Amino acid sequence: MSPPGRQPLLEVRDLRKHFPIRRGLLSRVSGWVRAVDGVSIDIFPGETLALVGESGSGKTTAGRCILRLMEPTAGAVRFDGQDLLALGPRDLRRMRRHLQVIFQDPYASLNPRMRVGTIVREPLDIHRVGRNRAERDAMTRGLLERVGLDASAMRRYPHEFSGGQRQRIGVARAIALRPRLIIADEPVSSLDVSVQAQVINLMLDLQEEYGVAYLFIAHDLAVVERIADRVAVMYLGRIVELGTRQEIFKNPLHPYTRALLQAIPIPDPTRARERTVLRGELPSPAAPPPGCRFHTRCPVVFEPCATLDPPLVEVAPGHWAACHLVPGPAGGASRP
Amino acid sequence: MANVLEVSDLSVHFATERGTIRAVDGASLRVAEGETLGLVGESGCGKSVLALSLLRLPPPPGRIVGGRIVFQGTDLMTLPEKRLRHFRGRGIGLVFQEPSAALDPVFTVGSQIAEGLIVHKMMSRAEARAEAVRLMNVVRIPDAGRRVHDYPHQLSGGMLQRVMIAIALACRPALLVADEPTTALDVTIQADILDLLRQLKDEYRLSLLLISHNLGVVAETADRVAVMYAGRIVEEAPVRDLFAAPKHPYTEGLLRSVPRLGEPARSSDGGRRRLPAIEGSVPDLTRLPGGCSFHPRCPDVLSECRTRDPRLRPLTAAGGDPAARQVACFKHHDPDGRPR
Ligand SMILES: Nc1ncnc2c1ncn2[C@@H]1O[C@H](COP(=O)(O)OP(=O)(O)OP(=O)(O)O)[C@@H](O)[C@H]1O
Ligand SMILES: Nc1ncnc2c1ncn2[C@@H]1O[C@H](COP(=O)(O)OP(=O)(O)OP(=O)(O)O)[C@@H](O)[C@H]1O
Ligand SMILES: [Mg+2]
Ligand SMILES: [Mg+2]
Repeated sequence: MSPPGRQPLLEVRDLRKHFPIRRGLLSRVSGWVRAVDGVSIDIFPGETLALVGESGSGKTTAGRCILRLMEPTAGAVRFDGQDLLALGPRDLRRMRRHLQVIFQDPYASLNPRMRVGTIVREPLDIHRVGRNRAERDAMTRGLLERVGLDASAMRRYPHEFSGGQRQRIGVARAIALRPRLIIADEPVSSLDVSVQAQVINLMLDLQEEYGVAYLFIAHDLAVVERIADRVAVMYLGRIVELGTRQEIFKNPLHPYTRALLQAIPIPDPTRARERTVLRGELPSPAAPPPGCRFHTRCPVVFEPCATLDPPLVEVAPGHWAACHLVPGPAGGASRP
Repeated sequence: MANVLEVSDLSVHFATERGTIRAVDGASLRVAEGETLGLVGESGCGKSVLALSLLRLPPPPGRIVGGRIVFQGTDLMTLPEKRLRHFRGRGIGLVFQEPSAALDPVFTVGSQIAEGLIVHKMMSRAEARAEAVRLMNVVRIPDAGRRVHDYPHQLSGGMLQRVMIAIALACRPALLVADEPTTALDVTIQADILDLLRQLKDEYRLSLLLISHNLGVVAETADRVAVMYAGRIVEEAPVRDLFAAPKHPYTEGLLRSVPRLGEPARSSDGGRRRLPAIEGSVPDLTRLPGGCSFHPRCPDVLSECRTRDPRLRPLTAAGGDPAARQVACFKHHDPDGRPR
């Protein structure tokens, strides 16, 4: 799954998160929502890996488990070779310097009672960066300027800013400690197109400057094509396809990836669309279909799909897919 | 072609503690019979308030403070409340972004579809029930005979949006107003719903006012497009003309900033290609700048843009029908309305 010769910054192996469904007075567990059900990915220093998939496919849950904002049910997460899941609270906090997060909703993710200066300075305070408060204030001003906000923003509150500005405040906070990885969960989805580009450009510039890696969770594939180096496509808790941007967009192998690409409405009225419309709904992750999880909506479903779960296999170097129709593994590599 | 709907100089204001929000501020548009007009514009520019005001139901404390709304030749603004009720549901059907908020959680979806049929069409309960099942089949809800008995929470977002469309269709409206009907849905579900709307439009000879901030959705669905900015329509054109040659600098910026599939992520020298953005942000509607509302963000600003207010005027250079393309911008007209 990794280009040879490079050491991954983040290694996620067979990550699982199952939420209990509780029923009745005794809160008996009556079933499990398999939100993340065996996800393995690597992220290399300075790269952007996009994680895409429909609502409910488990993207946010995967991101939160990697950050240990919630405890995974099973699996391994290594950051820079260290087992994140084995860290105690103190070591975890030290590790968080290198691992930051940007959330989707710039309205909910900034504390409304804190001034913007305090919000951005907080990580510097926690990790005691700089000699004193004055030095940290100066850094905060620099950070705000870096994301295109005037230093006067320090004394103002989040509600005084537009959505795009709030998201840039979130970015300033996330980069304060010069992290090596930022998990960005739909950072531009709630923004208007005219301001979306401002935030994306900023993220691209910061990557060139600091070499930060991104796990970029998104559902807009046109945005993903512009910023990702590699793309992982998720469906019902699993990765169904993984490859370089070029491979995923030019040569998608999984029927779900193809449907996802075809479904994107194109802002060009002169182009007639050829589209396979997917019928049916996303099944519930509490009761995923047997066999291939996509078979209930798959336009090219055939006999083994309803019973046999296709493994994620490397079809071409660095290009993985989980589908009975894709040719067998190139080098025989197959991940369970 | 006759117009089903003509809106001229509509203004809807909200009196709030912060001041008067001019949510709709002199907006004009028309929908011809059988056509789909796409209404695009960024969050907060007034699209939903305009849609709700068509039937004189702006969200409180909104008030219609001026303008004319003519539907199939009837002036809805001067119509007594009692006669207006006739048009709600029967003349104009509405579909909203958040179906779960529009549906009542304590009634089955079947009874909510049947309700309008009983009230407006005087159907018996049994007739209405049968018609509800038929409509649910029309909007492609599988296993409709069983699902009429379902409550809203038992259906997915995509299915609920189909129920909303069925409710809107029940009384055979001439105009369907769909306000971001697919924004809350996944792209694969969105494609299916848009396909359904196109099919229904042909079958039921509907006119459609499709509100969306997604330019891709509009490009694929609309015949004509109206672009809204800060409460006004700033440009209006047939869909192909608008995408081929936008005339208002805001439309230009908007079209440029949309990421498109198939564009290279790197330039020829290997560096990252930046996405074109419109600098600045959408103005606060209580403190609109003087002159043209777009002028603080406009790359082509002229001196008159800061003081004078451009009106929507025909673009004579378009040739043919003088009303085919309209734009509100001093690049194309001088402040006295003469073409430049
Ligand atoms: N705390 C929780 N308890 C129970 N179920 C949960 C919890 N959090 C998430 N889920 C379920 O897990 C599944 C995956 O949710 P998740 O939010 O990770 O999806 P997502 O891919 O991020 O979706 P979206 O695109 O809508 O953000 C969903 O079915 C969701 O309902
Ligand atoms: N009930 C209300 N009270 C006060 N202001 C309101 C109310 N409803 C809407 N507004 C204001 O009117 C303006 C236009 O809102 P509207 O909902 O029409 O925008 P929109 O174009 O539909 O945006 P979106 O794309 O986010 O749906 C906004 O500035 C909004 O804050
Ligand atoms: Mg999510
Ligand atoms: Mg709206």
